[in-house]
Amino acid sequence: MTTTDVLEPSPPQLPGEPAAGRRALSGALRDFLGNRMGVVGLAVIVLMLLFSFVGPLLYPTDQVHPNLLLVTRHPSGQYPLGTDAVGFNVLGRLMVAGQSSLEVGLAAAAIATIVGTLWGAISGFAGGWVDSVMMRIVDALLAIPALLLVLLLTTIVTPSIIMVIFVLGLISWLITARLVRGQVLVLKSLDYVKAAQQFGEKPWQIVARHLVRNVIGTVVVQATFEVANAILLFAALSFLGLGPPPPATNWGGMLNDGLNYVFDGYWWLIYPAGVCIVITVVAFNLIGDAIRNSLEVRLKSR
Amino acid sequence: MTKYLVRRVSQSVAVLFIVTVVVFSILHFLPGSPARAMLGIRATPGAIAAFNKANGYNRALPVQYVLYIDRLFHGNLGFSYHFDQSVNSLLVLDLPKSALLVGLSYVVALAVAIPMGIAQALRREKVMDHALTTFSFVGYAMPTFWLGILLVVWFSADLHLFPSEGPQGASVGASLTDPKALVLPVATLTIVTVAQFSRFMRASAVENLLQDYIRTAKAKGLSNWRMVTRHLLRNSILPIITLVGLSLPGVLSGAIIVEALFNYPGMGWLFWTATGAHDFPVLMGFTIVVAVATVLGNLLADIAYAVADPRVRYQTS
Repeated sequence: MTTTDVLEPSPPQLPGEPAAGRRALSGALRDFLGNRMGVVGLAVIVLMLLFSFVGPLLYPTDQVHPNLLLVTRHPSGQYPLGTDAVGFNVLGRLMVAGQSSLEVGLAAAAIATIVGTLWGAISGFAGGWVDSVMMRIVDALLAIPALLLVLLLTTIVTPSIIMVIFVLGLISWLITARLVRGQVLVLKSLDYVKAAQQFGEKPWQIVARHLVRNVIGTVVVQATFEVANAILLFAALSFLGLGPPPPATNWGGMLNDGLNYVFDGYWWLIYPAGVCIVITVVAFNLIGDAIRNSLEVRLKSR
Repeated sequence: MTKYLVRRVSQSVAVLFIVTVVVFSILHFLPGSPARAMLGIRATPGAIAAFNKANGYNRALPVQYVLYIDRLFHGNLGFSYHFDQSVNSLLVLDLPKSALLVGLSYVVALAVAIPMGIAQALRREKVMDHALTTFSFVGYAMPTFWLGILLVVWFSADLHLFPSEGPQGASVGASLTDPKALVLPVATLTIVTVAQFSRFMRASAVENLLQDYIRTAKAKGLSNWRMVTRHLLRNSILPIITLVGLSLPGVLSGAIIVEALFNYPGMGWLFWTATGAHDFPVLMGFTIVVAVATVLGNLLADIAYAVADPRVRYQTS
């Protein structure tokens, strides 16, 4: 985020504008690092990324060809977490499944954040009937349960990873839009935005230079929660058998496969994938809380 | 109050109008058509044309939309291809069963979350608070279906305490005759909901504990118990009213999963089955019904809040 400061000439400092930019951000970073739970969350995410993306390089397993001679083996030295119903090594599969779960979570949240920020900023800034219409659209989409909307969309489009990312991204931007709009309404009444208007800046310039820049904290916090939500929704979708078809896999899909063995005591088909989902989601939520706290501390100490 | 009512009701009507447009658009503008979905990829152009004509899909979209809205206003949600009966009759059969599941879960969740949040606020930053916060954090991050699977593994497969399948009765009355079968589905939905509610309840109670009226109550010598029941509980419960309305879509999402997992024949199960069968009238009808329930729920919650707390009515935005 700080790189944009270097690339574009910074707008003139207007009266009353909070000293945003590198100094404030590094201060927030220091506060964040002082939050033990936030650091734990960050460490868990880094470990999960390494496990999923670097893990298969160090521990290569065949996750494409089923081997019916190796079905549901108990955990052993050779297969630390056993094998599943078609003979895939479960430990290796967790890594490959983690790739798509994390990719979908991060990419969907990125889409949601961009759409939501723009929507909220435009709505709040425009005001009047434009604002009313844009916000009623958000209300309407929020009134339909997210899972219902996802299921509706997946009956129409074929669920590839890219498609799932778009579908989840396009239903996850609503809260971000609401939060950004609220912030924009507050900021709009502040002196420095009024000053910018006096200086003759065009509306889109004000949105891009002043408003978006100042709501970035709220947006980042919400984005981390959206990653967590998208991972959960993707898992739910795959659990219902509507995720991307094999050989693609993800943690939710692994649990769907394991569901048939609930009464057989094959714990390695039920616990590992669920634990991966929970600790990843908890970690993202911890990061979000930590960022929020560090931003709140900065606001209070001002 | 009248002004507030008029504004909130007209907003709700606008929202519902947009919901119908969104649902209608999803099924008509995206690639793929009901005919393809229904008749399969090998259907001949003739068969598709006949299907479209029979279902009115060959008319201009605005005309179709108007006809759709007209049917909605007459309470006609369409006819299910897959189940071969009207969506209304499916709804009459299955909605009460879902309402039973969701209603029971809400009641239990509130009964647990309210005391839990208050207890946490009173013992803030103590061991119990940290333990319960950890519980709600994990519960919040827990995929509903995984929680359900775990409960089945522990209480059904290992301990043989409860059946792994929801009650199979055709009506609410029949479902209630099998209360043991209701335990695991309700417990699954309840735990997820408690995790969410207790966090709000704790935050609300913590905020209220810092207020002057609590200090006054303590200063005039009220016992802790009376302070909690007469002052803290009443005030900190207010935001929960709104939360109950707002959380409905999330809980209904959870109900779809719980019903699919426990094979409980309610609306969620039907929706899931209709998804597999590309049964669009069912999907559309139920989406609309759920959206109406959510919008009405929010409206009622807001009105209740405005009645309980006069300050709300005078806010403008």
